[in-house]
Amino acid sequence: MPITYTSGEQVEVYRFSIPVTIGVPLLALFVQAFVPLRFPRFAVYFDLPLLVTIFFAMARRNPISGLLTGAIIGLAQDMLGHNPIGIYGIAKTVVGYGASSLGVKLDVENAGARLLVTLGFYLVHSAVYFTVARGLVNMTQTWSWLHGMLAGLANAILGVALYFLLDKFKQRT
Amino acid sequence: MESVLGRYRNLIILVGVLFLQVLGLATQVKRGGNDAENTRLIRVWVVGAVTPFERAVVSIQNGTSNLWHNYFYLRGVRAENRQLKAQIEQMRLEQVRLSEDAAQAHRLQTLLAFKEQFIAKTVAAQVIGSSGSDLSRIVYIDKGENVGLKRDMAVITADGIVGKVLLVYPSVAQVLLINDQSSGVGAILEKTRLQGVLRGTSAGEVVLERVMSDEQVPIGETVLTSGGDQIFPKGLPVGTVTKVGNGKDLFLNIKIRPAANLSKLEEVLVLVEKQDRQATAEDTTHVRAADILAQRLPSVPDKPATDAKTTDTKAAEGTLEGTDKPAAPNAGSKPTGTTATSPGSKNLSDTGTVHSVPVAVQPRKATDLTPAVQKSAGASGGTTTASKSAASQAKLATTQPKAPQPSVTQPSATQPALPQATPPQSNHQPPADENSPN
Repeated sequence: MPITYTSGEQVEVYRFSIPVTIGVPLLALFVQAFVPLRFPRFAVYFDLPLLVTIFFAMARRNPISGLLTGAIIGLAQDMLGHNPIGIYGIAKTVVGYGASSLGVKLDVENAGARLLVTLGFYLVHSAVYFTVARGLVNMTQTWSWLHGMLAGLANAILGVALYFLLDKFKQRT
Repeated sequence: MESVLGRYRNLIILVGVLFLQVLGLATQVKRGGNDAENTRLIRVWVVGAVTPFERAVVSIQNGTSNLWHNYFYLRGVRAENRQLKAQIEQMRLEQVRLSEDAAQAHRLQTLLAFKEQFIAKTVAAQVIGSSGSDLSRIVYIDKGENVGLKRDMAVITADGIVGKVLLVYPSVAQVLLINDQSSGVGAILEKTRLQGVLRGTSAGEVVLERVMSDEQVPIGETVLTSGGDQIFPKGLPVGTVTKVGNGKDLFLNIKIRPAANLSKLEEVLVLVEKQDRQATAEDTTHVRAADILAQRLPSVPDKPATDAKTTDTKAAEGTLEGTDKPAAPNAGSKPTGTTATSPGSKNLSDTGTVHSVPVAVQPRKATDLTPAVQKSAGASGGTTTASKSAASQAKLATTQPKAPQPSVTQPSATQPALPQATPPQSNHQPPADENSPN
């Protein structure tokens, strides 16, 4: 699983059409909210908005657009729930920034790299969420490495498949 | 300076965005309490963007499912229909017994001047979405302000309680489930009558808190709403006890399996109107188990009016012999089976008490009876007099009496004579002194 170190000039930067930029995150939010009604475990293990955040951030390779994408998607996810708005927002902002910064420096086009990156960022996301929810909002949270690793792996596998699907919408700059 | 800003531009923006969000969070936390209501305006954008899709998908899904199940896939429907009919019959019999019990409870509540809460109006709604997060256990329903939903209305299913309305939008509403860690429901254990507070956990489980550790809570006991939260009316099913362990401090940690399947909700009922009213012992038309059984058996043509009249006269003369009160006008209107006498009744007639009590005798309201009569009714064992408890009467109506009590021929499911005992509307009530025991 080679993760190639490349210079900023060598990696390609992509952009997306406006319908894709708006539609894909919205669709991810919709699926995330709808599927648990039929498959309750889906919400426990999968986080589609997170996968979409990572994908856009890595493809654009721009930290500012990455963190803004993360912030917007995260805040929207917060608004669907009943907890204070900003917990997912903060977590996904960090992930968006991190993924786009990593995308600038690494070639994350191959499946192996994507799997590892997604697994890593899922854990980062969970850690930030846990910290904010517990430290700032005083919510009762329990940390489980087993659950974190399992869910991270599940997201990584789904993410790899999803990224290849979303690659179709990439436009070269 | 400019070079520093340019060099760390990304980082500065990141810190700025994070700072703004932390500030927003801090504001919400400081406001506390009704946080979801404070941020309603912001949330409505996302909810408005996502729920139309969910609503469309749910309606398409239901339409397809209905078309298939109601028009094409009808295999086994006849057998199921037969089975359901049999089940309905069983339930009607059970209902008679329960309604008698309920009537008795009403009378007692009237005596004690209880105030009851009644579910006056409900709105059926379909679940169309969720929060998509296991840390926020809420669902969205397809009804909102436009049908009169308001915050803090109870949401239930036929199986048990589901949650309460948290936020209301024009056409959708957000429902906080009972297994969310921020929810709380007043609950009571059905048999032991121990009260506690039902809460959700971060893992999505439901636990009953605030029950002292020196109490005995059996596994499998049913948990009901206590009505103390002013949201759920008293007595709605909550779930059953699955595990009892020691919790924090001096309290037990009681795990509850919710009666309603919270992970697969499809349709729910929202209690939009509750009524507080004084309990009244209504004089409702009683349906007896015998009547239901009679309907099930082959019908027997009604006897001519003249026969009935003759029988009435006979019944009035023969059965109420020795009493100085006239027979109730409709006591004999349904002859034969209802006024059957037993050998033992003669002895009773000698003492001046009624020796033949129509089975159709309605239990009198407790309020109508003098305390002495009520006492005597209790002492009499409740099988031979009209003042026997409503519950025991209903039970007897469905089962054969064990003891060979005199004078009353109780109808039962096995008695073939029941069809002759066509639905009697007899309100015949023996006089108060008839209730005195042997």
